[in-house]
Amino acid sequence: MKHKTCFHCGLDCESSPISFDSKSFCCNGCKTVYEIFSVNDLTSYYDLQNAPGATPKEIEGKYDFLDNEKILEKLLEFNDDKTQIVTLFIPHIHCSSCIWILENLNKLLPAVITSQVNFGKKTVRITYKNETLSLKNIVEFLSRIGYEPYISLEDFKTDKTKINRSIIYKLGVAGFAFGNVMFLSFPEYFQVDGFWLEKYKPVFRWLMFAFSLPVVFYASQDYFISAYKGLRSRILNIDVPLALGIAVLFIRSTVDIIFDLGTGFFDSLTGLVFFLLLGKFFQQKTYSFLSFERDYKSYFPIGITKISSEGKEESIQVYDIKKGDRLLIRNEELIPVDCILINGKARIDYSFVTGESETVSKQSGDKLFAGGKQLNSIIEVDVLKSVEQSYLTQLWSNDVFKGNKDDAFTTLTNRISKHFTITVLLIAFVSTNFWLLTDASKALNVFTAVLIIACPCAIALSAPFTFGNLLRIFGKKKFYLKNARVIEQLAKINTVIFDKTGTITANKETTINYEGLELSTHEESLLKSTLRGSNHPLSRALYTLLDKHNIVTLDTFQEHTGKGIEARHKSDYLKVGSAPFVGLTTNVATLNTTVHISTNNTYKGKFTFHNAYRKGLSKLFNALKKDYDIAILSGDNEGEKDNLTKLLPTKTKLLFNQKPEDKLEYIKYHQNEGANILMVGDGLNDAGALAQSNVGIALSENVNVFSPACDAILDASKFNQLYHYINASKSAIKIVKWSFMLSFLYNIIGLYFAVTGQLEPVIAAILMPLSSISIVIFTTIASNILGKKLK
Amino acid sequence: MSVIYVLLIISIIIAVAFFIAFIIAVRKGQFDDSYTHSVRMLFEDELIKEKSKKSIPTKKD
Repeated sequence: MKHKTCFHCGLDCESSPISFDSKSFCCNGCKTVYEIFSVNDLTSYYDLQNAPGATPKEIEGKYDFLDNEKILEKLLEFNDDKTQIVTLFIPHIHCSSCIWILENLNKLLPAVITSQVNFGKKTVRITYKNETLSLKNIVEFLSRIGYEPYISLEDFKTDKTKINRSIIYKLGVAGFAFGNVMFLSFPEYFQVDGFWLEKYKPVFRWLMFAFSLPVVFYASQDYFISAYKGLRSRILNIDVPLALGIAVLFIRSTVDIIFDLGTGFFDSLTGLVFFLLLGKFFQQKTYSFLSFERDYKSYFPIGITKISSEGKEESIQVYDIKKGDRLLIRNEELIPVDCILINGKARIDYSFVTGESETVSKQSGDKLFAGGKQLNSIIEVDVLKSVEQSYLTQLWSNDVFKGNKDDAFTTLTNRISKHFTITVLLIAFVSTNFWLLTDASKALNVFTAVLIIACPCAIALSAPFTFGNLLRIFGKKKFYLKNARVIEQLAKINTVIFDKTGTITANKETTINYEGLELSTHEESLLKSTLRGSNHPLSRALYTLLDKHNIVTLDTFQEHTGKGIEARHKSDYLKVGSAPFVGLTTNVATLNTTVHISTNNTYKGKFTFHNAYRKGLSKLFNALKKDYDIAILSGDNEGEKDNLTKLLPTKTKLLFNQKPEDKLEYIKYHQNEGANILMVGDGLNDAGALAQSNVGIALSENVNVFSPACDAILDASKFNQLYHYINASKSAIKIVKWSFMLSFLYNIIGLYFAVTGQLEPVIAAILMPLSSISIVIFTTIASNILGKKLK
Repeated sequence: MSVIYVLLIISIIIAVAFFIAFIIAVRKGQFDDSYTHSVRMLFEDELIKEKSKKSIPTKKD
């Protein structure tokens, strides 16, 4: 028989008998979504893509804060009496079906006027009539059809950031001027001496001058600003010779046409700026759906339910939480502040904070830390600290998060530029002096010609095109870099540090060992039947391990939270859970997670849960150990030490019980000793270490889910390729160096014309695009070959 | 006056007109999202298909 999968979300639904309209579904949630769509004639949703949906989650009461006027105001883009516009971030947007259903939202909700999806950003912009529909209705409806919007504290900003489109404008201006100036220069390229050209020459020349004005004063202003900043801090960055070149080109050309000395170099000038901006534009590859600047704000909710002294529930903003307030936390809600549990059973998932997926049970009176997610029923808590003062959020007051890594790093291009600028200026002065002695009339001509031809356009383009292309290639391999600088940094790494939980271990998988007396088939089937009724993660993991057994109907079944389960079937009595619960009195101090079994009050044995390490881990470490120092910083105890020492190369340093600050300090200490550190982590507890390291890579099982601030995000499935990615970055540096050589060659040819005083505008106009384009072709081909080698 | 001036003026007016069109397009945000449109433009077919489905609901039941 064919394997049955859910028609809506594609999950396995072998065990669930829900079917509707002769289609099978994994749960009632998926079925409901299908019903909603089929009633509204929107089943084309399923034609565009197979099983495109997501299972809707329980959301009751979660969005009550959207009734709060103050919060609403901050979220809405536009708001008047009749219409409201809102942009919602929906992480589930992943295929054309998603676009289709969300843009047909008005068929489901008549009050919606339009909705427009931005696939790259995974957002939908909804315009609706607010007389009949509120934002809360929309959000709840979207959640019900499996498109739950993600609303976090980050959305709670007073001013929406404007999209910066200046690079496109500048590129447009430069391209427009370049094309027109080229046309206008044509008559004089062909040197048609005679009456016609003599008569109209000034018109053409002044038109070219007019076209070049916006290029010099608008499109290329970034280069002048950057060069000025560089000079002020005594750095000869690449923009210094570029700005010098642009300025000299413009002044010389203007002088030329005023005194009728020649055509000027307006064509080269506009072309130069156009190509430079093109390089800049190309390098600016951004992954709009990823954010590399996240702090705790992206994880935290905007509103939370407060219970007032009279016992009433009201939604308040997270920033308004004060010490002593009583809060209500529902299932799946995040705890925003440090607090004490008062009422209810807490099962907290700290995976946001630690990367550890196992949940922790807490009793009334226990302290709960901000960042944990409640996974059980409703709990009530008393607030101990406000948001900014909580344990987790305090990490962000560390100075590491204030500095900008980019400022401290000198790029390869800028290092070359220093020597290059000095050499060019030297050549310019020497040749000018030579001409002053031989033919003084040509001296100024030669001086400007040297500066024009030596303008390092090709050099400035080498790095943007190589790195920009590699950035794209990496992106296709699910390795997302923040910017091109990261590639250069990655090539200089000499130490690699890993976090343990969630980074070198897989979150979802664990391996389980059994030690003790062998269980009979009957006992195993009894155990399986017992575990079946429990929702505890350990029970679920054990349940999946013990397949191939018949399920028996239990006579009694009782779950003791935090202890274990007891069950009775006919004459057999079974206990599963912690050591004291099953009646094991001997001290069994073990650092690993264990589950003990006893039947009919005799102790049988224990199941030990080990972390499952990611595929290719030892291979990766053995490859890395040749060139790098490796260390593991773990926030966990030493339970896995033996396993790790067996698995990893002997020189790997292993450090356990590391707090977030310890990790940060460790990296700082080694950086002061001259190490260039690559940190690979995943949870918010690594955020400090990721920010401090030279390159911080956040490993993510699902890149749409949130990861801490970092330089790069790596998909977990590509973890074992890390070594090859570092090597590719090193090769990219080599490609840039080769293209530097190529552009020096062009400069030498150009300088020959310049120094000998025979630089015609037409030569400059040919040489400049020729060098730029050949560099672009060279770097693109070379980096594509590099990308082919990557898996 | 020569015809060259007329031609120059016309050519520049056309060029500037296109340039202004480009600026307006950027300002309206047409270059912000370069992917979704490529998917959206194919949806017209799906909508027609849906209508034909609508017309024969009795067959299904």
